[in-house]
Amino acid sequence: MTVSLIAAQLFSGLTTAMFLFLIASGLSLVFGIMRVLNFAHGSFYMVGAYIAWQVVTWLHPTGGAFWIAALASGVGVAILGGVVERLLLRHLYGQEELYQLLFTYALVLILGDTAKFIWGTDQLSVQGPPVLSGGLHLLGTILPYYNLFIIVVGPAIAIGVGLMLSRSSAGRLLRAAAYDREMLGALGANVGLLYTGMFVASSFLAGLAGALITPIVSVVPGMDVEVIVQAFIVVVIGGLGSFWGTFWGAMIYGLTLSFGILVFPEFSLFSVYALMAVVLIVRPWGLFGRPIR
Amino acid sequence: MLEIQGLRKTFAGFVAVNDVSLTIEARQIVAVIGPNGAGKSTFFNLITGHLRPDTGRVVLDGHDVTGLPPHRICRLGMGRSFQLTNIFPRLTVLQNVQAGLLAHRGRGRDFWSRSETMFRDDAEALLQSIGLAAVADVIAGTLAYGNQKQLELGIALASDPRVLLLDEPTAGMSAGETHETISLLQRIAEERGLTLLFTEHDMAVVFRIAQKIAVLYQGRKLAEGPPAEVRVNPEVRRVYLGEHA
Amino acid sequence: MSMPITNSLARPAVPAIRRVPWTLLIFLLLAPLAWIGSRYSIFLVTEITIDALFAISLNLLLGTTGLVSFGHVAYFGVGAYVCGILMKTYGVSFAIAFPAAGLGAALAALVFGYFCVRLTKIYFAMLTLAFSQIIWAICFKWNAVTGGDQGIADVPFPDMQWMDSIPGISGLSANARFYLLALTLVAVAIAVIGMITRSPFGRMLTAIRDNRERAAFIGLNVRAYELAVFVVAGGFAGLSGALYGIFTRGVFPDYVFWPKSAEVMIMAILGGMGFFWGPAVGALVLVWLNQEITNYTEYWPFVLGTMLLVLLFALPGGVLGGLAGLYGTLRRRMGRRDA
Repeated sequence: MTVSLIAAQLFSGLTTAMFLFLIASGLSLVFGIMRVLNFAHGSFYMVGAYIAWQVVTWLHPTGGAFWIAALASGVGVAILGGVVERLLLRHLYGQEELYQLLFTYALVLILGDTAKFIWGTDQLSVQGPPVLSGGLHLLGTILPYYNLFIIVVGPAIAIGVGLMLSRSSAGRLLRAAAYDREMLGALGANVGLLYTGMFVASSFLAGLAGALITPIVSVVPGMDVEVIVQAFIVVVIGGLGSFWGTFWGAMIYGLTLSFGILVFPEFSLFSVYALMAVVLIVRPWGLFGRPIR
Repeated sequence: MLEIQGLRKTFAGFVAVNDVSLTIEARQIVAVIGPNGAGKSTFFNLITGHLRPDTGRVVLDGHDVTGLPPHRICRLGMGRSFQLTNIFPRLTVLQNVQAGLLAHRGRGRDFWSRSETMFRDDAEALLQSIGLAAVADVIAGTLAYGNQKQLELGIALASDPRVLLLDEPTAGMSAGETHETISLLQRIAEERGLTLLFTEHDMAVVFRIAQKIAVLYQGRKLAEGPPAEVRVNPEVRRVYLGEHA
Repeated sequence: MSMPITNSLARPAVPAIRRVPWTLLIFLLLAPLAWIGSRYSIFLVTEITIDALFAISLNLLLGTTGLVSFGHVAYFGVGAYVCGILMKTYGVSFAIAFPAAGLGAALAALVFGYFCVRLTKIYFAMLTLAFSQIIWAICFKWNAVTGGDQGIADVPFPDMQWMDSIPGISGLSANARFYLLALTLVAVAIAVIGMITRSPFGRMLTAIRDNRERAAFIGLNVRAYELAVFVVAGGFAGLSGALYGIFTRGVFPDYVFWPKSAEVMIMAILGGMGFFWGPAVGALVLVWLNQEITNYTEYWPFVLGTMLLVLLFALPGGVLGGLAGLYGTLRRRMGRRDA
C-alpha cells in the first residue's frame, strides 16, 4: 500500500462522507425532532438532482448556471417537502410508526415514478461549475477541486445548522420537542409551524445535496433507494437525531467503505451494514447520541 | 409478607426515593400517601421491578426480589395495577382476564390448544366477582373509565397474587365509583386473604380502609403507623395542611 | 357504549364464523384450478398462494404481536437461497431442501431476533432492516456460493413423478403439479399458523401487542415471547421463499432487497392486519392488480404508492377492515328496522 493509494482512498472516503452528511443531516433532524423516519428523504435528494439537471439544461445547455441550479433544487424540494408535510404527513403524527414508515415509502414509489415519467430512464449528467474544474496534486494523487469544495462545504453546513440549533430560540424549542411534544404544546409554542419549518429545512438540505452531487455521478432512477439506506446507516451509527453524531457517522461510514474496499473488497458493503447492526445492538442511541428517557 | 429495606433511587442527581423502609404483614392493608412528587410512583416501580433501586432490598415472602424483572416478581405472587389504566384495549373484557389466567397457569407456551374456551368458567367467575360479567364480550378499550379500572384489578387478580399493589385505584373516579371500588377492594381482599399496598390521594378512602399508613414526603418516609396515630402526627399535619388548607 | 343483552351463558363458546375450517375450504376451492385453469391463471394463483404465506407469516409479527419488522424479507431470502443452493448446486431433493429452508430461516431469525427483541419501536424496525441488508450484502457479494448479482438461475422443479400414482394427476403439466404441491404445502403452513394464532401462545402475543408493560405484569417474559414468534414467523417466511425460488426458477439478490420488505408489509396492511386472512387478501389484490396494471402501464410503483396513500388515510383497516365496517353498519340498520 503506497502513500498515494492511501491518500486517494482517504479523499474519496472524505468526499463520500461529506455528501452523505449533507443528505443524512436532514434525515437526522427530522427524526430527532419529529420522530419520523423519512424513507422519502432519498427521493427528495433524487428530485433535487433532476431539478438541477433541468435548470442547467434550460439556462445553459452548454454548461454553467450550476450555482443557480443548485439553489433552485434546494428551494424546489423545500417547497415540495412543505406541501407534503402540510397536506399529508401532519395527519399521521402520533400514529403508529408503521403508518408513518409506509407513508414515506408511498412517497418513494410515487416520486420515483414521477421522476421517470418526466425525465425518462436515461443517465443524465451535469457539468460542474467551471471555477472548480481541475484538481489539486496532493500526496501523489489528484484531488479534484470540486471534491475539495464538497469536503469543505459539508462541515460548513454542519457548523451552521449546529449553531442555529443550539443558539436560536427556535432551535431550543425544537430540541425540547424532541424530548416531549406535549410539553412543548403546553409552553404555547406553535408546534405545527415548527414541524413544517423543520421538514422544509430538511427537504432543502436533501434537494441541495442532490444538486451538488450531479457533477460527480450521473442522475438516474434508483439513486433514491440507493442513497436512503446509506443515509440510514449514517444516522444510526451517529445516533438518530444527534446532529454531530450524524457528522461523525458519515465520516465513519465514508472511511470504512473506502478503506474496506482495500482490505476486504468483497465485504466492504457487508461491513457497513454490520457496523450499523453492531451500533444498534450495543448503543441503540448511536455512538454520539444520548438515550432518550 | 413484604419487607422493604432502605430503598433509594436517584434520577440524574435528583433523589426520588430516599432510604425508605416498610414492613407489611400478611393480610394487612397499607396505604402510602404523600403530596404529588413525594415519590410514591417511583417507590411502587422499585418494588415491582420496573425500576432497579440504587440501594436497598425488597423481600417478598422470604424471596429477595430486588431488581428482578417484573414478570418474575409477578410470578412470585405480586400483582399490581397502574395509575394510568393499563389493560389490553383491543381484547375483549373476558380475554383480558383470560390472558392473565393463561399466563399465570403457565399455558403461554402452549402453541396448539384452542385458547378461546380455555379457563372460560374461571374467567367468567372472576368477572362476576368484580362486577363485569355483563360486559364480558365488549372490547375492553371501549369500556367506561371506571370499568376499565375494575378490569385492571381483574387482570391483576387473575395471577392469583398474595400481595396486590394498587397505584391510585380510584384516580379520576366519581364519588359513587370510588365508593363502589373501595367496597369491592375490601371484599376481595377479605375473600382472598390478600395483602394490599396502595397509594391514594383521597384521604377519606385512606382512613376508611387502611390499617397502616406510611407518609412519603420529598422521597423520605415522614411517618408510619396506624391511621389514628398518623392523623395526629404534627409533621404530617404540617405537610398536609400546608398543602391542602 | 351499548351493553350486550344476551346472558353470557347463552353465548356459544366459539363464534360460528371461527369454527369454519377456512383453510380447508379455500384449499378445496382453489385446487381444481390445476385441471380447469389456464396456464396464466395457474401461474398467477401460484404466486398469490406463495405470497399469501409470506404475508401471513409477517402478520404474526405485525398484526398479532405489534412488532414492526422492516426486514422480514431476510428470512424469505434465506429460505429461497438455502433451498435453491441445495437443489441446484448440491442436487438435494426438494423433500429435504424445503424443510431445510424453513429451518435455516428460523435459525437466522433466532440469531438476529435475539438482538432485535432487545429494542422497541423504530429501533427494532431499524435493526431488522440492518440485518436484512446484511443478508442482502452477503447474497450480493458471495459469488462462490450465492452467484453474486447473477443469483442462482435454473433452480430445478422438484421431482413430481410420484404424483402420477394419485388418480387424476397423471395428465397434468409440471406447472399445474407444482401449483398443487405449493398450494398443499402453503395450506398446511397457514393452518399451522392459524393454530398458533388461536393458541394460548397466540393470546399472549395479542396481549403483548396491546400492552407490553401490562403483559410483563401478568407474568410474561415479553422478550422471550417476542423472540419465539420472530423465529416462527421467520421459519414460515423461509418456507415461502423456498417455494418462490422454485416458482420463478431462480433466486436473485433482489429477493432479499429491502423494498421487498415494504411490499409484503403493504400486502398485510392492504388486506387488513387485524384479520388472520387479511394479508392473504392483500397478496391476492396486489399480485392480481400488478398483473393487470402492468399490461397497461409501466408505472406500477406509482399506482402502488397512490393506493398505499389511500389506504393509510381512508382505509387504515385494509380491505377486510372496510368490509367488516360495512357489514357492521348494515347489520345495525337491519337491526333497527327489525326493532
